[in-house]
Amino acid sequence: MGIEGVGARVARKEDKRFITGGGRYVDDMVVPGMKHAVFVRSPHAHAHIKKIDVKKAQAMPGVVGVLTGKELKADGIGNLICGWMIHSKDGTPMKMGAWSPLAVDKVRYVGDAVVIVVADTKGQARDAAEAVEITYKELKAVVDATKAIQSGAPQIHAEAENNLIFDWELGDGKATDAAIKSAAHVTRMKIVNNRLVPNAMEPRAALGHYDKAEDHYTCWTTSQNPHVARLVMSAFYNVAPENKLRVIAPDVGGGFGSKIYIYPEEIVCLWASKKTGVPVKWVADRTESFLSDAHGRDHVSTVEMAFDKDNRITGLKVDTIANLGAYMSLFSSCVPTYLYATLLSGQYNIPAIHANVRTVYTNTAPVDAYRGAGRPEATYVLERMMETAARELGVSPAELRRRNFITSFPHQTPVIMAYDAGDYNASLDAAMKAADYAGFTKRRADAAKQGKLRGIGMSCYIEACGLAPSSAVGSLGAGVGLWESAEVRVNAVGTIEVLTGSHSHGQGHETTFAQLVTQRFGVPIDSVSIVHGDTDKVQMGMGTYGSRSGAVGMSAIVKALDKVEAKAKKIAAHLLEADEGDIVIENGEVKVAGTDKSLPWFQVALASYTAHNLPAGMEPGLKETAFYDPSNFTFPAGCYICEVEIDPETGTTEIIQFVAADDFGNIINPMIVEGQVHGGIAQGVGQALLEGAHYDSSGQLLTASYMDYTMPRAGDLPSFKVSTSNTPCPGNPLGVKGCGEAGAIGSPPAVINAITDALGVVDIAMPASPATVWATIRATKH
Amino acid sequence: MSDVSLTVNGRRVSGNAEDRTLLVHFLREHLGLTGTHVGCDTSQCGACVVHVDGRAVKSCSMLAVQASGSTVVTIEGLADGAELHPVQAAFKEHHGLQCGFCTPGMIMTATDMIARHPQGLDEATVRAELEGNICRCTGYHNIVKAILAASETMAKGAKGKAKQAA
Amino acid sequence: MYSVNYHRASSVADAARQLKNGDAKLLSGGMTLIPAMKTRLASPSDLVDVSRLKELQGVKVSGKTVTIGAATTHYDVSTDEKLKKVCPALAHMASLIGDPAVRHRGTIGGSIANNDPAADYPAALLALGATIVTNKREIAADKFFKGLFETALKEGEIVTAVSFTAPAKAAYQKFRNPASRYAIVGVFVTKGKDGARAAVTGAGEDGVFRSKEIEAALAKNFDAAALGGLKVPAKGLMSDIHASADYRANLIAVMAKRAVAAANA
Repeated sequence: MGIEGVGARVARKEDKRFITGGGRYVDDMVVPGMKHAVFVRSPHAHAHIKKIDVKKAQAMPGVVGVLTGKELKADGIGNLICGWMIHSKDGTPMKMGAWSPLAVDKVRYVGDAVVIVVADTKGQARDAAEAVEITYKELKAVVDATKAIQSGAPQIHAEAENNLIFDWELGDGKATDAAIKSAAHVTRMKIVNNRLVPNAMEPRAALGHYDKAEDHYTCWTTSQNPHVARLVMSAFYNVAPENKLRVIAPDVGGGFGSKIYIYPEEIVCLWASKKTGVPVKWVADRTESFLSDAHGRDHVSTVEMAFDKDNRITGLKVDTIANLGAYMSLFSSCVPTYLYATLLSGQYNIPAIHANVRTVYTNTAPVDAYRGAGRPEATYVLERMMETAARELGVSPAELRRRNFITSFPHQTPVIMAYDAGDYNASLDAAMKAADYAGFTKRRADAAKQGKLRGIGMSCYIEACGLAPSSAVGSLGAGVGLWESAEVRVNAVGTIEVLTGSHSHGQGHETTFAQLVTQRFGVPIDSVSIVHGDTDKVQMGMGTYGSRSGAVGMSAIVKALDKVEAKAKKIAAHLLEADEGDIVIENGEVKVAGTDKSLPWFQVALASYTAHNLPAGMEPGLKETAFYDPSNFTFPAGCYICEVEIDPETGTTEIIQFVAADDFGNIINPMIVEGQVHGGIAQGVGQALLEGAHYDSSGQLLTASYMDYTMPRAGDLPSFKVSTSNTPCPGNPLGVKGCGEAGAIGSPPAVINAITDALGVVDIAMPASPATVWATIRATKH
Repeated sequence: MSDVSLTVNGRRVSGNAEDRTLLVHFLREHLGLTGTHVGCDTSQCGACVVHVDGRAVKSCSMLAVQASGSTVVTIEGLADGAELHPVQAAFKEHHGLQCGFCTPGMIMTATDMIARHPQGLDEATVRAELEGNICRCTGYHNIVKAILAASETMAKGAKGKAKQAA
Repeated sequence: MYSVNYHRASSVADAARQLKNGDAKLLSGGMTLIPAMKTRLASPSDLVDVSRLKELQGVKVSGKTVTIGAATTHYDVSTDEKLKKVCPALAHMASLIGDPAVRHRGTIGGSIANNDPAADYPAALLALGATIVTNKREIAADKFFKGLFETALKEGEIVTAVSFTAPAKAAYQKFRNPASRYAIVGVFVTKGKDGARAAVTGAGEDGVFRSKEIEAALAKNFDAAALGGLKVPAKGLMSDIHASADYRANLIAVMAKRAVAAANA
């Protein structure tokens, strides 16, 4: 593999700028004449806008412009859309309510943007924002999805009766019902997946710059997919045609899904820049992020799992209500459907599955993908069910899982997915060994002597990553294809630039992608640069989410490298007067195999550009482009084990150990992969123990800062024990599966299974805060 | 408006700023030192940590004019020319950062932490001392590892220097 | 933050004069005031900075008498070697406030003048039977803390120091709000020459308070066992999304027991 090639723990190339303060995030950008924007947001969860008076605000010091939704509409700016069509089981299309970037007649959640104020300084903009006078007529609000679909609930969008967006199903209902009817045992649970706020540490930001002379717009934005942002802003929001709009996502401080979507603010900043004649920058403060970033999860499910007399699963029936918030965010519809129900087979042979999903409007922030997106919810349903079933059936959780594992591949599940490769027993074995599972009974007894309650829990997850085959997602309703592009440019001196449509916001692409090139041509990694995040540099790309940058983004690079290699070999064969088939590229040299004839890499590159002596008919230059469209999803899987110790006096849960044994297929940089797992676990543990977005019944977000929303801190977590046992993915040239979301997908059920084991209860709500654990213990005693 | 005079990263600087200007904004907007970040409104995330008169403080919770007359070190001033500070080097070596946004604050907190614990650090202490710095990417695992490693490197360096002096 | 005028006081007397400007407020470490101003919850017209006044700095220990200048930071209190010898509990308590960067700026005077219902110092000073010294008078801690964010301080009055006699035994136990890390319950217990005192922060609807139940139980026997059957009433305790009044009542008993055990250790 070489010290800088595939499989090596190469320290990250991008780190230098981040550790010296040289990172360039949107808030660091300065454009001459730039002014600052503040959004006036709705303080009400549900209200009619009766009147907006901006006169006083316009007269405030430093104010450049105060603009409303009416003006925005008059300029033809379009509504925000959801880009994935889902049809209800009766064949009707989903009910998409209008989402204006600035609310015009009605506000539907606390934080809904109503007016933009632009001023010389942010302080002045905020002063003026307070002077904007908006008269509201308050309406009754509803925040709980299960209540919102009851008749008589407040009607949020005229388009969606009883706030029901769609009522969708997947799988065979009849076969599943039959399996439950004839089962030897049925486990039943109501399972709640708590609402989370993604909380990338860099708040969202946008800088819109309209250049009048060129009639051209530039948008710096905190985006995971700048090309999709440009496409959507051009094609649907009517901001500007694509050739007149450049979108740049520079260094982005974490995304976790929340920066996939196109939000009102970047649209409005671009429009406001033209309107006011100045570049307009907006940077969210943290409370604004809590209020207006897309939230994640928020499912309530009723689940039945049927077993035969040998403890084999015969059927799974899931009825889920998913809260999508006040508006349908860009990919909101696919999260609780095709990213969720399709994973309900887990690692198990389940002959019959039926899922019914109802999505619902509420007066809360829009809900969309958050790290894992649908797959954590599916895993939580399954792995909580398996744990409960094992306890009810009186078998060990490991044994019940083993009995039902899929062991031969490919495997077609009853819910669309065709698993290509995996070894679930290997992950389970590795995890149990690393956790010293066998020694737990003694550890529990020792803890009991100290008055502490120990518990252990496991979770065997699978996810579908590498999003995704374009024709497949197209047939399921996606508005876009999910291929990726790459361009490999070999410069005349042999250095190499790789342009990719993937976007790195912490994943380390500048290193892992360069490792592919180093591996291929034997050139030093420092001579390779990765270019991304700018629509003027990279022609088109689909961005980074769904653990797709390895399986899809890197595969595109491999395809482009293949083409470069082929051309380089042709040139070298010509120059060395050898047969093309005998040319090999190693350690920065292009050689004729079995001879001492060779050329340094740079000379081949140079020859392609001098073009003095190229094979007849060959075009000069050494630059190739490729688009890669995957043939299948990839299926990372693994086993997580969590051991907890609870202080019954205070309800405090300490994580004694957390073990992850993953199968990610082949690995390019183990150091970076481990880092992804660590971060994912922290977010999963956060969901299970600490985090929860909490609205009161009037729709006020009570957890709108770090004073009330519990972020995982260093002291809340242990060091993790992570390992991999890998089966290569047969579906892509590198054999990679993806690792970005696994930690967040696999860990919540492991934690809750451990806590319920410690407490001897069937269920406990997430987050299992000390107060919740203490109340559960008290309820058990009474 | 007030005059603000500081020594920042060894350089005397001054400027005129509204009294309500926070130190972090003075550093970022008046001095162009954008390595110091703002990640929350409640002085909890620690992305803004700098050293004022030798102590780690949250520059989002201090007015620039309050700091006037003080010596400030930011992430930009930590390396010795081209040579990384041992904490910076350890963060790179141990993959103690991903998106990089919390990193400057983490590194400034870590250097202060190590300085206050010349006797060395253990994992529990490092985790407790990171109370005021939030990272969403790393799960802290590699940050803790990096700080422990840097602490050891620096202790060895100090011993080496002491020997040389003797 | 709204516009504000900043003044750096040259002395306590100067600060007192400057405080007469408009709606002026004292600024010490600013760890509560500046964030409140950032979110526009506080809007003083003027700030009078006393944090650099030498006369307000430092910990003095003379025999069992401890005097701490109002502008002494939590970090300086937590690391003061003389204090650690006579009253390690207070140094320990200071080490639990906020985080290292907050402790580098936040001051004892600022904390008690603000009297946040979840702050730590008010519990310590109540339990220590401390005296709060101002530029005008001396106030017993029992008379100083008046309710949520309210104290006995009059307009223009400036806390200059706190003093107390180090008790034979003392300890502080804190149960943090998982999000804000302030105390959901903090209990400071002391055994001094006048008997046992126990003060509770983070829990009371009216802010910090002395617990009659705990003090009564400890009066006879300053031992964790004496608190075995302790029932703390939930009435008068706060209830919020993080902790019910019942939970806080339970935590008061648990933290009190642990504090007494630590004090005796």
